[in-house]
Amino acid sequence: MFPIAAEAHLNATGMGPIYDGLMHFLMSPEDLVPVLALALLSGLRGTTYGRRTLFVLPSAWLMGGLLGLAASASNGNAIASAVWFLLLGGLLAADAKLSLPVTTALAALLGIYHGYLNGTGLGLNFASAAALLGMIFSVFVLIALAAAFVVQLQASWARIAVRVAGSWIFASGLLLMGWAVRSAQIGVL
Amino acid sequence: MSRVLRHSKRLLWVPHPFAKQKGGGDANLGAPPNLLLVGWDSPLLGRAISVLTLVLLATPSAFAHVQKGEAAGFLSGLRHPVSGLDHVLAMVAVGLWGAQLGAPAVWVLPVAFPMVMAFGGMLGLIGVPLPGIEYGIAASAILLGIAVMFEIRPPLAIAAFVVAVFAIFHGHAHGTELPPGQSGLLYSMGFVIATGCLHGVGITIGTVHRWGWGQKFLRLAGAVVLAGGMFFMWKAFSV
Repeated sequence: MFPIAAEAHLNATGMGPIYDGLMHFLMSPEDLVPVLALALLSGLRGTTYGRRTLFVLPSAWLMGGLLGLAASASNGNAIASAVWFLLLGGLLAADAKLSLPVTTALAALLGIYHGYLNGTGLGLNFASAAALLGMIFSVFVLIALAAAFVVQLQASWARIAVRVAGSWIFASGLLLMGWAVRSAQIGVL
Repeated sequence: MSRVLRHSKRLLWVPHPFAKQKGGGDANLGAPPNLLLVGWDSPLLGRAISVLTLVLLATPSAFAHVQKGEAAGFLSGLRHPVSGLDHVLAMVAVGLWGAQLGAPAVWVLPVAFPMVMAFGGMLGLIGVPLPGIEYGIAASAILLGIAVMFEIRPPLAIAAFVVAVFAIFHGHAHGTELPPGQSGLLYSMGFVIATGCLHGVGITIGTVHRWGWGQKFLRLAGAVVLAGGMFFMWKAFSV
């Protein structure tokens, strides 16, 4: 019920490994949505939080990715993806008043986890490292755009709209959790 | 066009869908009505050539295998909530009721519904049984229709509770109907986005509440939802 296609290679853009990595992140909602949620949450908390996430998350992604390059291929875990959706979507929907260290820790954990998963199976070669750099570049740009967009929002309805987006991410996480548990029940995963 | 004519030595006719309305097809130059006269050095032509070049250069490479179920999963998810009129009526009614109640209900109800509906969907996916789903869905349209028709104004907590209880029925029905073999994540995202958009439709319609005629119109809309709910209840009993 929840088939995961064999991914023998990154999405091929035909423009080289950096662009392949960049597009891989943008075309992978399980990576993109949690990063977007954390960027929006940081933006709601203010400039300092946004800047912290902007630099910590890509750095952690790089660290995790480098660790993953040497590891064997892994598809990740749908339940873990659902947990990230639930956690970050829930915090965003609740407009949680997290402290800066907690936000930093979340960014670091998210970056290491997803960086590691994306790095696994790529192998230790120049193209893999370039693809990883492409991914990190797109992570950085997404956080910069999303957090900066939210930081400057003043109208209360606009900030509520961002929280509504968080509730949608949370709801998607709940359904994804259901898919994952159902798949585990019938032995797909 | 006159600027182009003044500064361009060489000219070119290009198709322009608005040329006729904007005064293109200049009679003095004998231009056909749907063509625009531009110079080879005009910015318009330059941009068009740039876009064409990009399109031609950005040819995708062949994929060794297709990524099965991903786009289909998202589109299926988007389509699913709007595929049943009983669901559509209730979700739009939530938005209408929220608009009638005003802030903060206008955003609390549409936030509560998708979240609890997703919880119901999760219960359906993992096989937790819920009896009387069809009755619950029809009852949601009936009660929400009554709430909109009579503009009932309960405390926010009670309104949110009512909406949340009914959301479980809708979510459970969707969860048990989800098609196999598609991307669970993309399906879920499409599903939630479509649900939120249906609430958005209700809220948008509900903005007419500020006018006297709009309030009457919303009450009429509530009556339509009520009638639909009664039809679906009759249908549920007759099966």
